[in-house]
Amino acid sequence: MNPRISEIWVYLAASPLLGLTLTLLAYQGAVLVSKQCNGHPLANPVLLAVTALVSLLWATGTPYPTYFDGAQFVHFLLGPATVALAIPLYAQLGRLKRMAMPLLIALLAGSLSAAISAVLIGHLLGASDATLLSLAPKSVTTPIAMGIAERIGGLPSLTAVLVIITGILGAIGARGLYTLLGIDDPAVRGFALGTASHGIGTARAFQVSEQAGAFAALAMGLNGLLTAVLLPWLIPPLMRWLG
Amino acid sequence: MLNAITLLLLFQLTGEAITLFFSLPVPGPVIGMALLFAALALRGGPSGELRETAQNLLQHLSLLFVPAGVGVMLHLQRMADEWFSILIALVASTFITIAITALVLRTLTRHGATQADTDQLP
Repeated sequence: MNPRISEIWVYLAASPLLGLTLTLLAYQGAVLVSKQCNGHPLANPVLLAVTALVSLLWATGTPYPTYFDGAQFVHFLLGPATVALAIPLYAQLGRLKRMAMPLLIALLAGSLSAAISAVLIGHLLGASDATLLSLAPKSVTTPIAMGIAERIGGLPSLTAVLVIITGILGAIGARGLYTLLGIDDPAVRGFALGTASHGIGTARAFQVSEQAGAFAALAMGLNGLLTAVLLPWLIPPLMRWLG
Repeated sequence: MLNAITLLLLFQLTGEAITLFFSLPVPGPVIGMALLFAALALRGGPSGELRETAQNLLQHLSLLFVPAGVGVMLHLQRMADEWFSILIALVASTFITIAITALVLRTLTRHGATQADTDQLP
């Protein structure tokens, strides 16, 4: 490289501007590809953007904290966006009231099966204890999941990654699964996807319809609350039982 | 737009404060969402401005998960060692969760719907 150019690179790579710009570029590219594929679930924007960015950082030897210095500005918006979910949720108020009891029962079933099935299957396949404890809260939104992982003895940063993968898997697989099970009510589809796959599932549900998105947002919020309450006393006896 | 963003941040801040004060295991933004929902229910709905800002923000919800997702690079070693059990556990558990939640909800609402329909009969 021309010394002048490498100087510029060193300067830019150290400034938050680069991480932020790259995140936006990668995402816009990913959205473009997703549109080209007519919104096919496999062309998931999060998956595409993360893959592109990890490859780029790895190829240029840039450490994650350097990247995150810039990307944190995008990450920060997760907070206000979570608060903003109250608005589509409010639009479904009438239906929510009518369905309150079924929603809560379905939520409890989903919340328990998310944690228990992940830990049991991971244990059967020989995952380490630290991995199992990091897997348990994988269906709830990143900040809650990291808090739970810390409380029950998992690795919060590993949990963050498992949460994202879970979200992508749900967003990719839900449509096929619903076709298989013959589930066509957008409220049911959205609610189940939000329970299993938190915000990424919710983002996917909003792509499909406003109603599915609102129910996914509701499920995400409620499952975050419920899982945070349930896991600290569910997981220790489960781990003791598994030995 | 500025009003709406200030409002969202204010609710988030209140949520964070409540979480810290009562040392709740739930993150501040989720409490903030619950509070805003309650406020909307009391007030009878969002202003046009708030609705528009929320729509703009949520339209690109996927983008906001990208920075945390890139964190996968910190765990490539563990993922390489345990990729099989992690992947199968995640795939199976995610699909089991979706299926159980959807089937329970459909069964219960079908029952509920029939009941509501019969209630409406003269």
